[in-house]
Amino acid sequence: MAELQFREAIRAAIDEEMSQDENIFVMGEEVAEYDGAYKVTEGLLDKYGSKRMIDTPISELGFAGIGVGAAMNGLRPVVEFMTFNFAVLAADQIINHASKAKYMTGGQVDIPIVFRGPNASAGQLSATHSVSYDSMYAHFPGLKVIYTSEPADAKGLLKSAIRDDNPVLFMESEQMYGLKGEVPDEDDFTIPIGKAKVKWEGSDVTVIAHGKMYHVATQAAKQLAKDGVEVEIIDPRTVKPLDMETIVKSIKKTNRCVIVDEAHPFGGFASEVGYLIQREAFDYMDAPVQRVTLPDTNAPFAKNLFDKWLPSAQQVIDAVNTVTYRK
Amino acid sequence: MAKKNKEAEEVTFTPSGTGIRNNGRIERSTELPSPTRKKHKSLGLSEDDLVDMFELMYLQRRFEERAMQMYQKGKFGGFLHLYMGQEAISTGTVYALNDDDDIITAYRDHGWGLVRGVSPKEGMAELYGKKTGCSKGKGGSMHFAKTENHFWGGYGIVGGHVPLGGGIAFANKYKQNDRVTACFLGDGAVDQGSLHETLNMSQNWGLPCIYAIENNGYAMGTAVHRHSVGELHERAKGYGMKSAVINGMDVFTVYEKMKEIAKDVRENSNPWLVEIRTYRYRGHSMSDPMKYRTKEELQEYEKLDPVERIKKYLLDEEIIGEDKVEEIENSVEDTVMEAIDFAEESDFPDEEALYEDMFVEDDYPFHT
Repeated sequence: MAELQFREAIRAAIDEEMSQDENIFVMGEEVAEYDGAYKVTEGLLDKYGSKRMIDTPISELGFAGIGVGAAMNGLRPVVEFMTFNFAVLAADQIINHASKAKYMTGGQVDIPIVFRGPNASAGQLSATHSVSYDSMYAHFPGLKVIYTSEPADAKGLLKSAIRDDNPVLFMESEQMYGLKGEVPDEDDFTIPIGKAKVKWEGSDVTVIAHGKMYHVATQAAKQLAKDGVEVEIIDPRTVKPLDMETIVKSIKKTNRCVIVDEAHPFGGFASEVGYLIQREAFDYMDAPVQRVTLPDTNAPFAKNLFDKWLPSAQQVIDAVNTVTYRK
Repeated sequence: MAKKNKEAEEVTFTPSGTGIRNNGRIERSTELPSPTRKKHKSLGLSEDDLVDMFELMYLQRRFEERAMQMYQKGKFGGFLHLYMGQEAISTGTVYALNDDDDIITAYRDHGWGLVRGVSPKEGMAELYGKKTGCSKGKGGSMHFAKTENHFWGGYGIVGGHVPLGGGIAFANKYKQNDRVTACFLGDGAVDQGSLHETLNMSQNWGLPCIYAIENNGYAMGTAVHRHSVGELHERAKGYGMKSAVINGMDVFTVYEKMKEIAKDVRENSNPWLVEIRTYRYRGHSMSDPMKYRTKEELQEYEKLDPVERIKKYLLDEEIIGEDKVEEIENSVEDTVMEAIDFAEESDFPDEEALYEDMFVEDDYPFHT
């Protein structure tokens, strides 16, 4: 095992895959000469040259589409968005083209592309830089959506994403890039897309949390452990396809569930998983599923408002207390 | 000087009428550049080529005329955007390009499919939404495709396929395979930001791509000078890009110019912005009452009909006689009628097909 920062784990995944397949290239704003806006792609220009590390203008719609076209014609692009908040400008290419061209041509094209970059909020950046988009993209058929929480997952899943012959959205967080974690050294370490992981074992309540929210959930779990509440945390890692089997198995054991989601409440990951739990495990539930999400408001700038806006460990604790009837 | 009474002036936005230079007066929506004066031999086309070109153009015309009838009879649903009037562009282009050069277009794609190897049967079956269609009945009228012949398809979001064309060209340059991409778009797509972004990157990166605007005078019902300022091909100047404006009613002209341009793209790996002026005889789609243009304008263009033009050339130059023309027309008619029979007799896709072609793997766990 080696201890790597999140950004180093992502870089290692890209580097290892690029070294094995000439058709993989990286494209995005500031990925090459600048060494990456968040230094994820640092050093890769020196190693792979400007044919395979391509700086783009600030044209998300255009370069996302050029990536899709290149994927149709035999390449394997890794397209970086400086944040998925900017990828809204490229949504037509992701939603209307990457996810649909194979289907509407009767399977004549494959689109092996990865769109990656940070997702959701990164501190006080106000409304347009703070939205979590994993649930939105998971709504659309034809896309796989990954939002990991730890360096090992990031490396293993990004390698799988780059090898996948379908369009994959791979989400990160500006605030996690410096986070360190143990990453297996083994050659060709990969994690299959669509597999959740039980990261904390416990018997009192199942908490489902992915991406940055996983760390909020662990903070809450540590607090709750002091009170004797054993939390089981499941990190889905892949939002779509969703591994419900692991979630349901856990709920059959704990009979209680809290979902922590970085998206807004309407129609997000939490509401979808909540629905699935009542469908798949209704008879096993001892309390209604609770969720902790962003409020139905935009992200504010002011520190006090922002802190109130972002899901907190205390909210998770409160939700756990509700489902365990401890308050 | 007396202050102008601004309140008395009527505020207007979109210019009215057809021609912006003569606001409100009915004008031709586009001005056709002169066709080439060259004869087929000096263009490097054989007599057989000409006969084949005529047959291919007539096939596109009859295919759509019959498709229109079938649509009106309620034989199939969806949208039907007809290419009639623009056949010189598809035909001249495929003769100008190599067979492994790449073509991508928007939703007015029947002609493009037929010139790039979608058989009339596969095309008609696709219109009918049958499993034997070129896209297995999953794409319909707007999504003909034949990627094995380097026809990447028709795409239904205006301007959405333009970056895809750039990406296809990008991959060709990356692989250094000398293929040229021709990305066709309508005049309406010129106003989409996707074109601006793609042209900028294409010039900056030297992508081997011809962005060819089929300016048929109207973006749905909005005349070109009502939706776009200036001349469309002149937008190339902003990118320092090579450009041309071409008469799209004459197959020789399209062939001549596209061949020259493709040669330049192949040799120098640089993009072009080309405006090919043409005219669509039918409405934007089948539900279009065409109130935005005059009968006179339509009739004027029908006099320049590209299919009639090549037929007249064949006869005037005594390359073939009336009886041979009739034979070709009859044979095309038979082909189209056989295609209709084929489409009608073909099966709809199996129910399992709903979940096929979504992902590469066949065991994807679909959400339920």
